Amino acid sequence: MENETKLKHFESLIDADSNIEPRDWMPEDYRKHLVRQISQHAHSEVIGMQPEGNWISRAPSLRAKKILLAKIQDEGGHGLYLYSAAETLGISRDELIEQLHSGKAKYSSIFNYPALTWADIGAIGWLVDGAAIVNQVSLQRTSYGPYARAMVRICKEESFHQRQGYEIMAHMMQGTPEQQEMAQDAMNRWWWPALMMFGPHDTNSPHSGNAIKWKIKRASNDILRQKFIDKTVQQAELIGLTVPDKDLKWNEETKHYEHGEINWEEFQSVINGNGPCNKQRMENHIKAHHEGEWVRKAATAYALKQNQSVKQ
Amino acid sequence: MENIQDSQWPLWEVFIQSQPGTPYKHAGSVHGPDKSIAMQNARDTYFRRNEGTSIWIVPSNAIVASDPNDSDMLFDPSNDKAYRHPTFYTMPEGALNI
Ligand SMILES: [Fe+2]
Ligand SMILES: [Fe+2]
Repeated sequence: MENETKLKHFESLIDADSNIEPRDWMPEDYRKHLVRQISQHAHSEVIGMQPEGNWISRAPSLRAKKILLAKIQDEGGHGLYLYSAAETLGISRDELIEQLHSGKAKYSSIFNYPALTWADIGAIGWLVDGAAIVNQVSLQRTSYGPYARAMVRICKEESFHQRQGYEIMAHMMQGTPEQQEMAQDAMNRWWWPALMMFGPHDTNSPHSGNAIKWKIKRASNDILRQKFIDKTVQQAELIGLTVPDKDLKWNEETKHYEHGEINWEEFQSVINGNGPCNKQRMENHIKAHHEGEWVRKAATAYALKQNQSVKQ
Repeated sequence: MENIQDSQWPLWEVFIQSQPGTPYKHAGSVHGPDKSIAMQNARDTYFRRNEGTSIWIVPSNAIVASDPNDSDMLFDPSNDKAYRHPTFYTMPEGALNI
């Protein structure tokens, strides 16, 4: 088939809301965009284990520790579902990890903020996973089959993440004045970075054009951000937390909240490596990767040996 | 072990049977150096809740997939054989249980 006929066929599948599967012809830019987006998503799940992992040994009860362990294990699983989706596009796991380590591939800048107190574990689950869910629910309808299927699996697991975080916040807001203060402080520090997770405003979003046209993204950054704000403000108010935005107000006509200006300079600076924890997150990942090398090699050597003895 | 190259291990496809009696369904893939570690990884990756009661894993390179370019040839001919469906046939008026 001519490239033009192939493109027509591809576009007709997209227009019909059908899915593109790994062996279907696809434009090179579609493939590239997917590799970038899915791998960034996978790396975010994996790097996101670090701020929470920091609290496993200090969780305030056995119940809290079990929950946190299960949640972090899920995030590792999410990373693996997504790496596996990215690999169907012809890139290997080794290349994906190499791109993370070299800085060519990014991960969500939210994970470059530290988890300072136990309330941060509440705020991360409630706000960070909450924001991720809004994005991921929309991605269940993304046009690339393996990515969409990974999203369905992930969404099923995410709602426990958000609920356990909100439960922590609600508990602390019923606690001592110090505990309430701690919860409000975590809210103050995580609210704005959570809004930044949706990316730049639509008028200023470099990758959105083709991604929307090809239905890789099903809703724009601003629409998803709005959804998150509209859902979350009521939850905050219910447990007595204040949203740290003096310009936040309900618009009776649009039936949406209006929010204040987001600090995009901070966003850019964290993306460019200057967040509080960028260096530490990458160093940890690289260290773990190197420390695992002998295990990977030993298992490979053992498998080779087993194969040889089968043949003899 | 110096001559062994570091890698993320070969790829395996994972299939899940959600309960006895139902067909196996593709879940995704995992990496593993051999069958038993690939099986363990499949279990840890895709079975953290009550997803199923049985697992198949298959080396990814053992899967033969149809070529999308052959779709017309493979799948179109079945469209014009209405007589393969029960509704094609006219039953005598009044016949029961058929
Ligand atoms: Fe996740
Ligand atoms: Fe999560």
